[in-house]
Amino acid sequence: MTDNLRGKSAIVGVGHAGFGAAHGFSAYDIMAQSAHAALNDAGLKLSDVDGLFCTMMEDSMPVLMAAEYLGIQPRYIDGTMTGGSSFVNYLTSATMALEAGLCDVALICYGSNQRTASGRLVTASKLPPYEGLYSPRYPISGYALAAARHMYEYGTTRENLADVAVAARAWASHNPEAFMRDPLTREDVLSSRMVGDPLTKLDCCLVTDGGGAVVLVRADRAKNFPNAPVYVLGSAAESSHRQISQMKDFTVTAARESGKRAFAMAGVTPADIDVVELYDAFTINTILFLEDLGFCKKGEGGAFVSDGRIAPGGALAVNTNGGGLSCVHPGMYGIFTIIEAARQIRGDAPGMQLDGVELAVAHGNGGVLSSQVTAILGGASTV
Amino acid sequence: MESALGPDAKFREGLSNGQINLPQCDDCGKFHFFPRINCPHCGSTALTWHRALGTGEVHTTTTVRRRPESGGDYNVCMVELTEGVRMMSRVDGILPADVKIGMPLAVFVGDIDGTPAVLCKPAEG
Repeated sequence: MTDNLRGKSAIVGVGHAGFGAAHGFSAYDIMAQSAHAALNDAGLKLSDVDGLFCTMMEDSMPVLMAAEYLGIQPRYIDGTMTGGSSFVNYLTSATMALEAGLCDVALICYGSNQRTASGRLVTASKLPPYEGLYSPRYPISGYALAAARHMYEYGTTRENLADVAVAARAWASHNPEAFMRDPLTREDVLSSRMVGDPLTKLDCCLVTDGGGAVVLVRADRAKNFPNAPVYVLGSAAESSHRQISQMKDFTVTAARESGKRAFAMAGVTPADIDVVELYDAFTINTILFLEDLGFCKKGEGGAFVSDGRIAPGGALAVNTNGGGLSCVHPGMYGIFTIIEAARQIRGDAPGMQLDGVELAVAHGNGGVLSSQVTAILGGASTV
Repeated sequence: MESALGPDAKFREGLSNGQINLPQCDDCGKFHFFPRINCPHCGSTALTWHRALGTGEVHTTTTVRRRPESGGDYNVCMVELTEGVRMMSRVDGILPADVKIGMPLAVFVGDIDGTPAVLCKPAEG
């Protein structure tokens, strides 16, 4: 029973580095700065880390590169690469490893310098063999194909998509750490340059530098650290494909299954959730994931996100840091869903801190809607 | 039909002869794409290749925007063949903006920069 793992681990440190443009720093530098920040936050040292959970956009063995760089020799390692969802996925493996005694201090970390290194998505991935010939522009073409089908089947509009970006910016405007904080209107999004129909430049996430890290320990000793523990109440993954052309239903993601199992493990429902942090690589993501995680019915996501309903003061708080659309997006965003969810629960969010947050969703997406991982995090009252 | 070629090479051999051949499962009867050594629907390795009808429809579509001096905008779509499989392709013969979901297509072997490729055009009539 996965229920056996409910609340067995806790996040005791979070950190980040290199947001925006980190000129002169490599991806591994930024990863390491983030790791140090998270360890400082937890009152721990690098030498305390005996479990390392990491992947990067570069290299075929990034977790080994990371351990080498940090100068540690961890006794448990997970470098499973499922794209941007990897870091949420590590919450499961870190919890299992901690609970089994395979490690005592688990460090999840990531860093990228894709903005200053190239200004575009840096990836070791090759174009899929049966797709590359048609010159899709990845990742946007994959998400555009999904968005177009959602619009066709459910009447979702470009205005609905635009309102996701507008809400993200409204949250970001309160967050001094966010890269884009200027006011943004629906008209700005609609009139911005079309990149891959139906998605404009402003329907796409940022390209920034940045890194993030979180430190976890077993729940039974989580209270002995400087910050209030944030418990991992549920976590679950499901993958449906790798190549967008293999996606069975372009309007339904595997978040439906990952969400269902994560909520069941945590013993809560979407109605109980105070804040949702999800991977918004493109505006369609937010709509798809809110539907598939059960915050609204399939096909109703467009209306659900519109007219400020997921913006500050709206019906549901979504991506309270500004998300990948307006806060930070260094190639893979998943780690930041955990960091912002944890900070909202701890009460030290850098932007708009909501009152009384006890339950948060951190949802990661990897590939082209390929890998979905959902985690439910909770404060002291939830365990 | 026994094949000395692997599934990918077998598919490409068909294309080089102007044919779109697809593997069909002997056990569950479903076609699949991309070609592989097992049926992704039921796991069977008993597969037989058949020539596709060459008909289908647009399942979803996007226009990749590109500067005119680099060649201009172009279509990328998912075509659903009558056999029930989907593949990435491109609709030629009309403007990218005129490619619509549900549009009936003729699916044929053309070429992209000298490489045989499955392409589409609006079905006639």
